[in-house]
Amino acid sequence: MLEFSIIARRGGFQLEVDSLFLSEWTVLFGPSGSGKSTLLRILAGLDQPGRRGPERTRISLDGQLLTDLPNGVALPLGQRKTSLVSQHPSLFPHLSVIANIEFGLRGWDRKSRKARVDEMLELVDARALVGRRTMDLSGGEAQRVALARALAPCPRLLLLDEPFSALDSSASDSLLTRLERWLPANRVQTVMATHDATDAFATHAAVALLVNGKLEALGPAHQVLEQERQRLLGRIGGR
Amino acid sequence: MDWQAFALTLRLAATTTVILLAVAVPLAGWLVLSRSRWRGVVEAVAALPLVLPPTVLGFFLLVLLGPRTLVGRGIAAILGHPLAFSFSGLVVGSVIYSLPFAVQPLVAGFTSVETAYVDAARLLGASSMRVLVSLLVPLARRSLLVAAVLSFLHTVGEFGVVLMLGGDIPGATRTLSIVLYNQVENFDYVAAAQTSAVLFALSVLALTLVYASWRPRGGRRA
Repeated sequence: MLEFSIIARRGGFQLEVDSLFLSEWTVLFGPSGSGKSTLLRILAGLDQPGRRGPERTRISLDGQLLTDLPNGVALPLGQRKTSLVSQHPSLFPHLSVIANIEFGLRGWDRKSRKARVDEMLELVDARALVGRRTMDLSGGEAQRVALARALAPCPRLLLLDEPFSALDSSASDSLLTRLERWLPANRVQTVMATHDATDAFATHAAVALLVNGKLEALGPAHQVLEQERQRLLGRIGGR
Repeated sequence: MDWQAFALTLRLAATTTVILLAVAVPLAGWLVLSRSRWRGVVEAVAALPLVLPPTVLGFFLLVLLGPRTLVGRGIAAILGHPLAFSFSGLVVGSVIYSLPFAVQPLVAGFTSVETAYVDAARLLGASSMRVLVSLLVPLARRSLLVAAVLSFLHTVGEFGVVLMLGGDIPGATRTLSIVLYNQVENFDYVAAAQTSAVLFALSVLALTLVYASWRPRGGRRA
């Protein structure tokens, strides 16, 4: 259960959202520039409101307060149990695929670390990439490894910012299907930002519609995205 | 050729470089990663030796490390001799004098590491120290080489600080640039030419090492 109330200003853009995501998987849908990435970065704890002005942030996950600013509460990034995977996978280029996935597993003993890395490789179907140099991975391969790296330290909240943009649609669909089973089973709540309605329809998620920095609707995909669905159907000639 | 001064100069430059890297890497890391309001002030102080006349710096240190101040007397009591007019005193002076030559390339190198890597590492729970050691240093390793070479060469070539703080004591504080000055004073231009040639060759060699032997390999993806 993710609860948040945020007012943030970035240049001329204002994000003002107040919501409660109960669904294990919520798709944050909105056009480019609607504030999806900004919202995810704030939820992750990467961006914090400024000291002055009307900005404020209050985020709690399963009843635990993660951020309450400007009231002085901001859990450090490593303690929020929150992972973010963005469109650019940002794998550490000087480290191997395994070392990337292991990066967040500091303090784990060797055996459980290895087991966890194996589990992650299996989940994102990246076993074949193990011997490869990180810099030589294709965009889609790097995104899968980035996802494994983000999930390895057992986060409770996974934030995905158009993470499958470099995957072809069938690979993206099969990964989504696998994640849709694995994440709730491992009690990871997920928020996935996308501007692609097909991503929203590919899962049984709740959809939150973000337009111009405001959440306009929250509900099942077929309700919130009815207009979008008609538009897509119109384009492919079906009715 | 004054080989004693040559050896002393290399020893001073090497010692200074090692100490400087140990100081400048964490300092540059802090300057790049910190959001403290003191960042600007610290950066300015670290850059000060760039513009401060070396004689001024030498004079300040001479007074500070001499018997007139509490600091100077304290150090003398601990070491058994004052820091001024000793090799250790020169090391202190050189570290301060060459500080910006180590800090600035490191700050530039660390800043050029994509913030997305730093964000990713922080989200995975990495402390600032770990971000510095496992990301910034390896990804900006060329700037480490630049910082080391520039600090070394700048120390080899320093004159004002050495003269003010070290005097001209053979085997303790007489460096090559002091020798060169003495040789010119005595109209011994042949010896001066030799000393200059050695200093010149050292600089060219080291800079060639930095600029020629290390080309970035390929583009960066991911």
